[in-house]
Amino acid sequence: MAKLTIDDLKKIKEKTAKETSLREGAANIKITVHMGTCGIAAGARDVMSALMEEMAAADRQDIRVVASGCMGMCSSEPNVTVEVQDSEPIVYQLMDSNKMRQVFKRHVLLGEVQTDFALAKM
Amino acid sequence: MRELSLHILDVVENGIAAGGNCIWIEIDEAREKDHLKIVIRDNGRGMPVEKLENIDDPFITTRTTRRVGLGLSLLAAAAGRCEGTLRVDSKPGKGTEVEATFRYHHIDRAPLGDMAATVGTLIIGNPGTDFIYAHRIDGKDFFLDTREIRKEMNDRSLSDPVVIYHLTESIRSSLKDLASGESAS
Repeated sequence: MAKLTIDDLKKIKEKTAKETSLREGAANIKITVHMGTCGIAAGARDVMSALMEEMAAADRQDIRVVASGCMGMCSSEPNVTVEVQDSEPIVYQLMDSNKMRQVFKRHVLLGEVQTDFALAKM
Repeated sequence: MRELSLHILDVVENGIAAGGNCIWIEIDEAREKDHLKIVIRDNGRGMPVEKLENIDDPFITTRTTRRVGLGLSLLAAAAGRCEGTLRVDSKPGKGTEVEATFRYHHIDRAPLGDMAATVGTLIIGNPGTDFIYAHRIDGKDFFLDTREIRKEMNDRSLSDPVVIYHLTESIRSSLKDLASGESAS
């Protein structure tokens, strides 16, 4: 039976051992990918996969990713909300994997809001 | 939706929205028997009987914010167009089980798509939820249980994108091996 063996897990653990030991601080940036039926049909999973890759590459301990439901703006899906502590949450619209990478590198890592992709600030 | 794996992602998100904290996903691809079965089970709050009677009607929904609900009706349509079926069992307070069947080689069957991305997305987006994922291709099984992973590694590791990235890649390669008929381990 093809099962994810304990050895596989140990290997993954080794790869990440040094980072996980540092992972203590509280998250102060939250990225929400909206995953209702509308978001998923519009490509939210690709957005999430790209985000996961960028997060793995950046390896920051203070960023948290969550999936949430539809927020009622189905025509502008996929939507992504970036909340940086002490500043207004920004909702991005019509996202794809490349836009997600840009938003992550510019807004999340450097603090430059990508107004071209933004739907609203809340 | 273009892929069945996206329907799965959608139905599972619904199960989590219904308060489920443990989701069972079972896929059985029997290519020689021309049969594909997808089962998704949650331990959420379940649905009342009157909603179940018209489960493939998009104007039936348990939500209160608006009057349409597309998730299950889209899945019912995807199954129906390739001589498949959709069955939903639900007990209030116990949870919901959705079973979709398809004729595997039907020309109108949507591809299963990227299950590894679906599972990876679910795990990273829902750190408080456990997933059991069993995928069988022509009698050979792949099995993943996040409760085991949590036990084996520390509890925080399943919210670590580096871990989930490697996990996703490992699921992808295992499924590829299963589909090509090789034994993965």
